[in-house]
Amino acid sequence: MELLLPGIGILFWTLIAFGLVYFILKKFAWNAIIKGLDDRETNIANSIATAEKVKLEMAQLKSDNEALLVAAREERAIMLKEAKETKDKMIAQAKDEAKEQAAKIVADAQITIHQQKMAALTDLKNQVGNLVLEISEKVLRKELSDRKEQENYIHQLANEVKLN
Amino acid sequence: MVAAFSLFCLHITSPVFAQEHEPVAHESAEAKLDPAKIILEHIQDAHEWHFFTLGDFHASIPLPVILYSPTKGFSVFLSSKFHKGHEIVPYKGYEMTGNKIVASDGTAVYDISITKNVLQMMLALIILVLLMTGIAKKYKDGQGVTSAPKGWQNAMEPVITFIRDEAAKPNLGPKWKKYFPYLLTVFFFILINCLVGLLPGSANVTGNVAFTIVLGVIAFFIILFSTNSHFWGHIFWPPGVPLFVKIILIPIEFASFFIKPAALIIRLFANMIAGHIIILSFVSLIFIFGEMNLIAGWGFSPLSIAFTVFIYFIEILVAFIQAFIFTNLAAVFIGQAFEGGHDDIDGHADPVIL
Repeated sequence: MELLLPGIGILFWTLIAFGLVYFILKKFAWNAIIKGLDDRETNIANSIATAEKVKLEMAQLKSDNEALLVAAREERAIMLKEAKETKDKMIAQAKDEAKEQAAKIVADAQITIHQQKMAALTDLKNQVGNLVLEISEKVLRKELSDRKEQENYIHQLANEVKLN
Repeated sequence: MVAAFSLFCLHITSPVFAQEHEPVAHESAEAKLDPAKIILEHIQDAHEWHFFTLGDFHASIPLPVILYSPTKGFSVFLSSKFHKGHEIVPYKGYEMTGNKIVASDGTAVYDISITKNVLQMMLALIILVLLMTGIAKKYKDGQGVTSAPKGWQNAMEPVITFIRDEAAKPNLGPKWKKYFPYLLTVFFFILINCLVGLLPGSANVTGNVAFTIVLGVIAFFIILFSTNSHFWGHIFWPPGVPLFVKIILIPIEFASFFIKPAALIIRLFANMIAGHIIILSFVSLIFIFGEMNLIAGWGFSPLSIAFTVFIYFIEILVAFIQAFIFTNLAAVFIGQAFEGGHDDIDGHADPVIL
């Protein structure tokens, strides 16, 4: 029966102990622990949300990058094509110009050659004329040194003139 | 654990072995083995912490006695003052009869001694406070908040979140934060005392009716201060029932208000004391058989120890279950006290009581 009768001492001490433990733990333990757990839970929730957001952003970024890459490729192809066209055009132009130039040079050269040839011919004619005159002079001098010869030549000349 | 537990029970062995050694001389003087008396002595409070008796040597720690008498005021002394050799003697006008201290002149005396139960409770609570403040400090330092929890945090965290998610939140709704420190304190208060009470040589604190009465009365007042008009309306004028049913229902409902905390008190007390009695009974069986026949005693001991170990594990489980049931039911009763208030739409949904 004594088992069922509460002792005053233990009633008293249990009440004090519970009160003390409640206030000590509430002040120094529970609040910090509850706050710690709550903070961690919100932390984790936020981290997951952020990760999800970053994932979406990454996906967005990736598709953007791909679009950019495609655009860049197209642009490059266009540029290459244009460059090729320009090159071909330039080569053709240069060729044309070169041909023209060459033709002009050749023409000029021909004119110059012709002129020089004519000058040379004139010069040659003059010189030949001179030579002929000199030689004729010399020959005439020699031939006409004696009288008989002179008379022969005059005859000859006179014959020739008559024939003409 | 078993070895230590046997040591705890050594003083039971001493009369038996003493009988074996000097059967003739002590036959008449030696009291018969009385397991019921021994068990009851074990589960009761005491003014000294008795470990074992070996022959004439009593291994026990005397505990301080604090008495208040309206005529003589306070007196504080060690319980060993009542012992002179093997005699129990009066001291300062007080006498010890069994575990009770009474005044020799028959006047009223209030015994608020630091008894075995009180001392053990205090030691257990110091462990609890150190443990919890240590964990709290870790959380304050950011351990477990921004990094993984460590050590005892890992052990306590699931328990704390379990109480939060199973007892506080479902029963108390949006007000759970207000009652959560109380629920946690009750849970760990009961748990640490149950577990320390299972250590060999320790006292049966949670199986003491005074301990559970205090917890029950605290729960009663918390329920009382949580009540709202809706709750009292349901008790004194149950809606939707005929008048003659009301006449029957009102006393029942009103009584239930007191029965709820009383049930908490009795449940915890009965569970814990039953566990201790069962363990002690299995151990005592060895000595009951041993008294009949030494060989029977030794022969029965393995079976008895096996049962004891089994019950011991069950008791560890029971410690957790009882602490949780007390906490959960306290939460349920508090929740009932303020349910159907302004924030409750239908206001007539009764929560299921376990």
